[in-house]
Amino acid sequence: MVYMQNVRKVYESSNTVALDNVSLTIEDGEFVFLVGPSGSGKTTLMKLITGEVRPTSGKVVVNDFDMGTIKRRKLPKMRRTLGVVFQDYRLIENMNVYDNVAFAMRVVGAPNSEIKTRVPYILELVGLEGREKRMPGELSGGEQQRVGIARALVNSPRMIVADEPTGNLDPARSLELMLLLEKINEMGTTVVVVTHEKELVNAFSKRVITIDCGEKTGDSVEGGYYDL
Amino acid sequence: MRLGYLTREGFRSITTHSFMSFATVTIIVACLIIMGSVSLLSLNINKLIKELEAQNEIVVFVDEAIGDEAAARDLQRNIEAVDNVASAEFVSRTQAMENFMGKYDASLMEGIDEDVFRHRFIIHLNDIAYMSQTKMELEAIRGVAKVNAHLDYAQNFVMIRNVVSIVSLVLIVMLVFVSFFIMSNTIKLATFGRREEIAIMKMVGATNAFIRLPFVVEGLILGMMGGSIAFLAEWGIYNLVSGRLVGSITGTLLNVIPFRQYALPVFIIYMGVGILVGAFGGVNAIRNYLKV
Repeated sequence: MVYMQNVRKVYESSNTVALDNVSLTIEDGEFVFLVGPSGSGKTTLMKLITGEVRPTSGKVVVNDFDMGTIKRRKLPKMRRTLGVVFQDYRLIENMNVYDNVAFAMRVVGAPNSEIKTRVPYILELVGLEGREKRMPGELSGGEQQRVGIARALVNSPRMIVADEPTGNLDPARSLELMLLLEKINEMGTTVVVVTHEKELVNAFSKRVITIDCGEKTGDSVEGGYYDL
Repeated sequence: MRLGYLTREGFRSITTHSFMSFATVTIIVACLIIMGSVSLLSLNINKLIKELEAQNEIVVFVDEAIGDEAAARDLQRNIEAVDNVASAEFVSRTQAMENFMGKYDASLMEGIDEDVFRHRFIIHLNDIAYMSQTKMELEAIRGVAKVNAHLDYAQNFVMIRNVVSIVSLVLIVMLVFVSFFIMSNTIKLATFGRREEIAIMKMVGATNAFIRLPFVVEGLILGMMGGSIAFLAEWGIYNLVSGRLVGSITGTLLNVIPFRQYALPVFIIYMGVGILVGAFGGVNAIRNYLKV
């Protein structure tokens, strides 16, 4: 669950107002597109959710953690309730597919026996069975992003936050990936997808929150079309 | 926290980033050898100077008026009472003559009476830097006829000793700073390429301790490798250089300290510096990347 009330974020180094008076709520189990043009404040909003930045004013609560007051040492615990998917995949180049996913479980101290059963299951879920031993450099962009999703999913997070997950993929692979995220959402995980790809958003009837110039300019709860 | 996994990760990282590991170890080895060699050279020079100083004696001749050996010996108390006197050994005129005859051709002394020699004291000083002042104090003792002291030698020794001490101290301090700087920067460079890996770890919920420990383990291993290699290389270089030096200057006063005499302290210092630089360098290098 994400709860934001009158959130303002100013980057002091450049005195830039990235977000101003943004309020929104994302309930558990929702699938939400967070859309807006480049520089609109989408990434800052995502960074507020992942705890990479703190709000200048206002309230941000993510999965029951108050992000404005959370102590630095508590951040790992909060992040374990999230799965983050990046546009550039961010896989560890010298680890194979299996280890890239297992690594996320090792970080949280999962026992080996659990890793051995969970990782193959997740890889099968994202359609990567048989590719466990491949290195990231040997995979296509779509496959690499599937590894990224598998890594985000493997610790059963309450919410998956995907920052432009299809930004480096062709339309067909983008659609496949979005269908995978929809499948994950149907299994009960909240999914927040940050994107500016209009066609992709319009292909799904999902809630769309629009951000422009640091302000929330739209919230189409019934899902569907957005046009900027 | 899974200690076994984190330790394995430290080892894995060394082989995965083999070039940077090699660069780190090489820099540690080079810096330690330079520091160690200057220190060992300085120790040898100081030893040599001390040995030469020890050979620099003062001879105190007893007044001829005191012909009686027992009366001459009585002066020992007054001589030893002088501050800078480390030892005073009495040599009777008979003994002095025997020494002379042992040293030179005995036939030279045929028909010469021992009375031509004076009773004397061979004095060793605590510090030859004060030789001139000590000479004056000895001359002031009643019953002392003459004091022979090589003041010019003493001054030269003192000057050399001071120059060597200052130069080696400055060099060692500079090398320590430069070495730490180079070593920690090499480790920083080695971890710079892994900032992405650290960022991913942070994003999947790794604690700072979890991220740091493999780097500490890696730093410890690289530091120990660097320390051990530097120690063995120093041993080889030292023996090679000292062997050639002594071999080429035979018959001189040169007496190099055997490496084994300093092997343990050198080993401990090298390992200590290697471990400190490796572990702290690793922790310090990733500090900035942990603030996400």
